[in-house]
Amino acid sequence: MYGREEKVPLIRLAMAQYIILAIFLLLIYGLWRLQVLHSDYYSSMAEQNRIKEVPILAPRGKLLDREGRAIVDNYPSFSALLLRSQGKIFDANLDAIAEGLHMDAAELKARVKRLSGMPGYQPIFIKYDITPDELAFVESHRNEFPELDTITVHRRLYPKNGFMAHLIGYVGEVSEDMLNNPRFELYSSGDVVGQSGVEAEYNDMLMGKNGSRRVLVNSKGKEVGELNDTPAIPGKALQLTIDLDLQIAAEEALGDKPGAIVAMDPKTGEILAMVSRPTFDPNAFAVRISSKEWNALLTDPGKPLLNKSIQAQLAPGSVFKIIMSVAGWQEGIAQTLQVNCGGGASFYGRYFKCWVKGAHGSVTLTKGIYQSCDVYFYTLAERLGITRIAKYATAFGLGQKTGVDLPQEVSGVIPSEEWKLKNYRQKWFAGETISVGIGQGAVATTPMQLLRAVSAVSMGGHLVKPHVVFPDKVPETYRNALHYTDTKDVPIDPTGWNTITDAMGEVLLPEGTAPSAHIVGLDIAGKTGSAQTISNALKAKMSNKEAYKDNGWFVGFTPRRNPDIIVCVLFEGGEHGRLAARLATQVIKAFEEKKTQGHIEHIKPPSDEATPDEQTPETPPPPTPAAGKPTEVTGLWSDGGDDAGHLQAARFRASPAPRPFRRAIAAPGMEQFAQTAPQPRPAPWKQPRSWHDLPGVVAALPEPAWRAGGKP
Amino acid sequence: MSRYVRFRDFDWVLLTFVLIICALGVSEIYSATLHTKFEGMHIRQVYWILAGLGLMFFMSLVNYQALLELVPWMYGFSLVSLVSVLVFGKKYLGARRWIDFKLFHFQPSEWVKLILILTMAKYFAEYRDNDMPFRELVKAGLVVLFPMLLVLKQPDLGTALTYIPIAIMALVLGGMRPRHGLVLLVIAAVLMPAMWKWGLKPYQKERLSTFVAPEADSRGSGYQVIQSLVAVGSGGVWGKGVAKGTQTQGQFLPVPHTDFIFAAWSEEHGFVGALAVMLLYFGVLMRLIHDAQTAPDRAGVFLIMGVVAVLAFHVLVNVGMVVGFMPVTGIPLPLMSYGGSSILFTFLALGIVMNVRMRRFVN
Repeated sequence: MYGREEKVPLIRLAMAQYIILAIFLLLIYGLWRLQVLHSDYYSSMAEQNRIKEVPILAPRGKLLDREGRAIVDNYPSFSALLLRSQGKIFDANLDAIAEGLHMDAAELKARVKRLSGMPGYQPIFIKYDITPDELAFVESHRNEFPELDTITVHRRLYPKNGFMAHLIGYVGEVSEDMLNNPRFELYSSGDVVGQSGVEAEYNDMLMGKNGSRRVLVNSKGKEVGELNDTPAIPGKALQLTIDLDLQIAAEEALGDKPGAIVAMDPKTGEILAMVSRPTFDPNAFAVRISSKEWNALLTDPGKPLLNKSIQAQLAPGSVFKIIMSVAGWQEGIAQTLQVNCGGGASFYGRYFKCWVKGAHGSVTLTKGIYQSCDVYFYTLAERLGITRIAKYATAFGLGQKTGVDLPQEVSGVIPSEEWKLKNYRQKWFAGETISVGIGQGAVATTPMQLLRAVSAVSMGGHLVKPHVVFPDKVPETYRNALHYTDTKDVPIDPTGWNTITDAMGEVLLPEGTAPSAHIVGLDIAGKTGSAQTISNALKAKMSNKEAYKDNGWFVGFTPRRNPDIIVCVLFEGGEHGRLAARLATQVIKAFEEKKTQGHIEHIKPPSDEATPDEQTPETPPPPTPAAGKPTEVTGLWSDGGDDAGHLQAARFRASPAPRPFRRAIAAPGMEQFAQTAPQPRPAPWKQPRSWHDLPGVVAALPEPAWRAGGKP
Repeated sequence: MSRYVRFRDFDWVLLTFVLIICALGVSEIYSATLHTKFEGMHIRQVYWILAGLGLMFFMSLVNYQALLELVPWMYGFSLVSLVSVLVFGKKYLGARRWIDFKLFHFQPSEWVKLILILTMAKYFAEYRDNDMPFRELVKAGLVVLFPMLLVLKQPDLGTALTYIPIAIMALVLGGMRPRHGLVLLVIAAVLMPAMWKWGLKPYQKERLSTFVAPEADSRGSGYQVIQSLVAVGSGGVWGKGVAKGTQTQGQFLPVPHTDFIFAAWSEEHGFVGALAVMLLYFGVLMRLIHDAQTAPDRAGVFLIMGVVAVLAFHVLVNVGMVVGFMPVTGIPLPLMSYGGSSILFTFLALGIVMNVRMRRFVN
């Protein structure tokens, strides 16, 4: 047994006490540091841990035609994305993810690294429009890769075959350049924004605002509760002034021919149709376009991405003579000017040929217009001089942007003494004025400019601003910036107006330059043009003459005065304006048919049960009224007014009623979006003067009926 | 020797502290395992505690002097069992720590702790010179080192480390010269890099390096450290409330009912709750040292102080780990963490303490 005297010195036990006290003080300090000093920091870390923020993408607003028919809509597709609120993303995970999603691992890593500077709550989109097996991969690896997630994206569906592609434009993921541009500060990575056309111009309105879902998750990334949703604000639908029936007619008229067709309501400036050829398929851009496809589009000599209506600057040729005529009349020269065309004439020591083989003989203004006599306009140009020509051309909006609400419009050129001095540091030679008189030389206009200028002449000098949307249907910021309804009145003497428009009415008559474009019963006035792309002398030397064929132009409208519609056609390499005129009259004919014969009732869209892949069944042709022989009628009437007693008589020939006009239910390829109950829109000729008469556009997107049926 | 042993001399104060800690532990196990596959573990913990209490009362009845007589047998048995674990042990998560006896898993390294306490007490009870020569120091050290190396071989770094405080406590109380202590420190400092290079498994190295910089590997083993810090820190002063700790309930905190129970407790009960538990542990340790001061003999002091060393070390390493001062070692918090071995060991150790205390007026 051991005695008490052998016990351990108490000092050593006390030492143990102090050591333990020190340890406990240290540990309590550790607790104090975490729980009292830095509690806020760790609280926010805890919140980040358990709250996952998932974006809800706002569907983009659809595009409708003036009658509310679908032009562009959305369909749901899945996108894969990486959430970065879940902590660091490991390279090893990225390898596996890239493999599962059939992507290039190096490219994916580079992308994640490049975007690592963004705020952590913003996800990185890694693949769009994933396939069902890729979706299954994501779903089955939720535990392994909590950062990998999918999202339903409303993807853009455009009409097929590049229908209206240039006007619509296309969307694409916001580029990193754009993200760095303060103008686009509201955009964030992964946003799909308009890159051209209406999609770009009205992007802010169409885009809407993404919302987010905040959910509670556990450490496995499994959702265990929901905090709150910030709902997405869907983009607003945009109603265009385009009339789908006219657009279809214009698309069909131009076919595969290079060039452009623009149709407009001359009273308001509303664009009714706009076509450019060659075209491209915007659907290729809706998912990310491959660099190969993109380069092919960029290097295509036909420049398919160019909207020729507003981006082709070409010599207007003889169409310019209309402006010359107005200038000549207003300056008091054209009224009396009479020239003798002998197939050409000399000016300033140089011989200028008329286009005609042979001679026009004695030419006045009227004949000068419908026969398009060059010698007459050479002489008029000489008399006017370049300054006065430039004054009138500029007054009618040539050589400057029309201000149409589409991006990347070009301005063209109206030459003048100042212009030449500024750009070439050379004096203007009087001889150059002669070529300008027939729309050659340095004159360069876009189809849109020419359309607007001739439209103003047809309206007695009323110059409108072309636009593709209804001003009251867009936010005020657009109205303030674009001034859709701005007009300008260029004075035209009424007699001159009558003379010139009457002369244009002769153009499609047997004596005119485009009699083959004449349509029985239609009072179409217009002016042809065929413009050289290079000088005749140069062309003689070229081996590939085919590539430098003359461009055919035609600007025509109906009726002759105060028209309802004006159409401008550019037929590149079309050699002669009358070929362009035939295309224009097809559009005008469609317009008139729709106007006079009304249209068949709306055709029912595919029923909900129909598989989305199914195309709309061909509509059975509506019953045709009994075709009959032409009937002759005799009329007797009085004009009224002062002359009321004076009766007039005439005989008319009435044609049999043609087939009723077949109205489109939606843009080609968009039939699935046709509404069961279309909103009737006023036809352009019944345009209410007050915009408030128009029924409202549905802002929120209804759930499409075909969604249950899966992807279109 | 007259046997004057009464339960009046049982340390009821100590037992009260201990049972309060156990109760808090059970409540936290309940909260931390709610809605998980471990739900209901707190009931099993109660059974373990009841078993532990029984063991403790039984242990207090056996005269510790008699136990000390058995020390050579026990020491030999512990070495044998550690070797047999290496040979027959069940491999689990890369380590052989248990022998599967069908009915229960036997983890000898826990009991070796207790045997080492007894061995040290026996050793220093016989060696009574308060000024220890270096030779004796080495001999005492080797007694601990052998089982320690065997446990390291399993490998179980955490448990092996708990043997060190037993040795140090015994050496300090036994009269180690400060000079010799310094020499030991130098040897340890020299051995440490060598140990790093050859002695540690990769996962152990990883744990240690993430202890230095947990952010470097926030999804790997640094994850546990970070989640623990977040749990404790986000608890704030008053805590988030029972079963309301987001880190605990969201299963961000690893093993919240065993090794990280103190983090779960701190999250749900805040600084106030954590401080209360720390004070309870401090009370337990101070009470034990008080019992050591009143121990009837040298062996009794060494026994109690051995228990103090082990318990204090566990608290230091576990709470230190939870607040980010210590690397992740897998050492449970005695009395609170769920686990039969840990609970039974602690109560057994306390039984020895009671045993000593109840015999303070003997002879």
